[in-house]
Amino acid sequence: MTATTLPGSRRHARPSPRRPLGIVPTVVLVLGAIYTLFPVSWVVIAATKSKAELFSTATFAPGTGLLSNLADLFAYRDGVFWLWLLNTILYAGGGAVLSTAVSTLSGYTLATYRFPGRNLIFNLLIGGILVPSVVLAIPQYLLLSAAGLAGTYWSVLLPQILHPYSIYLARVYARAAIPGSVLEAGRLDGASEWRLFRQVALPMMTPGMVTIFLFQFVAIWNNFLLPFIMLGDDHTFPLTVGLYTLLAAGANQPSLYNLIITGTMLSLIPLIALFLTMQRHWRTDLSGGAVKS
Amino acid sequence: MRSPTKGARAGRAGAVPYLFLAPAMALFALFMALPIGYTCYLSLRRIKVSGLGLGKGARKEVFAGLANYAAAIGDGELWAGWLRVLGYGALVLTLMLGLALVFALMLDATHVRLARFTRISIFLPYAVPGVAATLMWGFLYLPSLSPFGDHRFLGADLVTFSMANVAIWGGTGFNMLVLYTNLRAVPREYYEAAKIDGASELAIALRIKIPLLVPSIILTTVFSVIATIQVFTEPTTLRPLTNTISSTWSPLMKVYRDAFVTGDLYSAAATSMVIAAISLVLSFGFLRIVKNHAFGEGR
Repeated sequence: MTATTLPGSRRHARPSPRRPLGIVPTVVLVLGAIYTLFPVSWVVIAATKSKAELFSTATFAPGTGLLSNLADLFAYRDGVFWLWLLNTILYAGGGAVLSTAVSTLSGYTLATYRFPGRNLIFNLLIGGILVPSVVLAIPQYLLLSAAGLAGTYWSVLLPQILHPYSIYLARVYARAAIPGSVLEAGRLDGASEWRLFRQVALPMMTPGMVTIFLFQFVAIWNNFLLPFIMLGDDHTFPLTVGLYTLLAAGANQPSLYNLIITGTMLSLIPLIALFLTMQRHWRTDLSGGAVKS
Repeated sequence: MRSPTKGARAGRAGAVPYLFLAPAMALFALFMALPIGYTCYLSLRRIKVSGLGLGKGARKEVFAGLANYAAAIGDGELWAGWLRVLGYGALVLTLMLGLALVFALMLDATHVRLARFTRISIFLPYAVPGVAATLMWGFLYLPSLSPFGDHRFLGADLVTFSMANVAIWGGTGFNMLVLYTNLRAVPREYYEAAKIDGASELAIALRIKIPLLVPSIILTTVFSVIATIQVFTEPTTLRPLTNTISSTWSPLMKVYRDAFVTGDLYSAAATSMVIAAISLVLSFGFLRIVKNHAFGEGR
C-alpha cells in the first residue's frame, strides 16, 4: 500500500517555498491512521495469545495460541460461530440485493416519469431518512410477531429492504446517467416500459447500483438493534448479536476472553476484505452521490 | 424540470410509474407507516386491571389519553438518560466532525505524503460493526488487558469519554470521506487566484475550503445528531464489562427495557415517540438555524 506513494513523494521533493507545510498534514494523517489501526492491530495480535499469555505478555507481543483459540471458537456450542457468519452473509447479501432492486426501480421511476402524486410519493419515501429507527423497531417486532414471523430470517430481512437514502441516491444516479432522449427513442421503437428499464436504464445505472449495494450490505452487516430485538434463537443470529451474547456470557470469566477476542478478530475479516477490494467503487461513487446532495 | 416530453410521457406511461413504485410503497406502508401509526396508537393506550387481575378479561387495554406522555416527560430516569446522551453527544459530535474536517482538509493539502494509505486506514472503521468496535475498545479499557496503565476507563468518571471514543473511532472516517470527496469536486482554479495573491495553504483552507464545505458539514451533522440521539449499541455492548452503565443509560436503552424486559409496551411507545419528536425538532431546528446563519454570512 505504501509503495504507491513513493513516486508521488519524490515528485514533490524538489524545493518549493511552501514545502514545510507538507509535514503538518502528513503527520496529522499518520497520527489519525495510528489511532484507527491501533485497536484492529491489537485484536489481531491478542487473538494469537494463549489464555496465560493474554494477561502476562506485552500488549503487542504475538503469542502462540492462535490455533487453539480458533479450535476453541469453532467448538463453541457445536460451531455456532460459523452459523452466525453464514447468517450475516445471508442477511447482508439478500437484504442488499433486494434493497438495491427496489431502490433502483423506484429511483428510476421518480427520476424519469411525470405523473400525478410523484412529489408526494417522493417526499413520503425520502421523509423516512429522518425517522429514527427506534419508533420502528418495536412496532415492527409486534407486527411481525402478529404475522408469526418474529424470530425468523424474514423478520431481519424484510424491514431492511426499504432504504430511503438509497432511493434518493438511485434517483440522483438515474437523473445523471439516463438521457431522456434515449428513453424516447426506445418508446418510438415500440419497446415496453419494462423493457426500457431492463435493457436501457439498468446498464446505465449499474455503477450507482454497486454503490447502493455496498452501502446497504455494510449497513445490514453492522446492524445490531433490529436482529437483537427480532431474534431469540442463537441459530438465527448474525455476528453482531452472536458476539454480544458471547460477551454477555463470558464477561465475568477471563478464561473466555480469548474466545471473544478471536471471534471479534474473525468477524472483521470479511468486511475489511470486501472494503479493500472494492476501494475504487467507494471512492468514485461516493463522490458521484455526494456532489449532488 | 425537463419538460419538453412531459405530455407525451404522461400520456403513454399511464399506470406504469405506479406499478414500478408499488414494491417501495408496499414496503413503506408495511414497515414504515404502519409501525409509526401503531406506535402512536400504543402510546395512547394502557392496561386496565380490574379486580385482582386474574381470570379472563380482567386485564383490558383502554384509552389512556396523554397519560403515558405525561409519565415519560415526568420520568427522572429518562431525563438523566437525556443528560448522559447530551454530554456524550457533545463530545462525539464536536470531536468526530472536527477530526473528520481536519483530516479531509489535510488529505486535500498540496504536499501530503502517504495520502492513500492514511485515507484508507482512517476510513477502515466504517467496515467494523459497532459491536466489534465496542468489544475491541472494551477489552483495551479493562485494567487487566489495557496497555494504558491502570486507569478506570469504565468507571463513573471516564465511562462517557470511553464510550464517546468508540463512536468517534467508528464514525470519523466516513464523515471524513464525505467531506473529502466534496473537496475533490471543487475545481482547482478556485484556489489559483488566492495562491497568486500569496495566500498560505492554511488561509485557503480556512477562507475558501471550509465555507465551500458548509452544506456538507450541515448534512453530516444532521445525520450524526440523529444517530447519536439513538445511541444503543455501544452502551449495550459495554454493559457486561462494567457496572457503571445502567440498563437505562440512554433513552433508547430505556425504551428497550420497558418494551422487552418489564413488558410495558405503552410507556415504551410513548418514550419512543418523545425520542422521535426530539430528534426531528433538533435536526430541523439545526437546519433552520444554520440556514439563517449561512444566509446572513453570505450576504
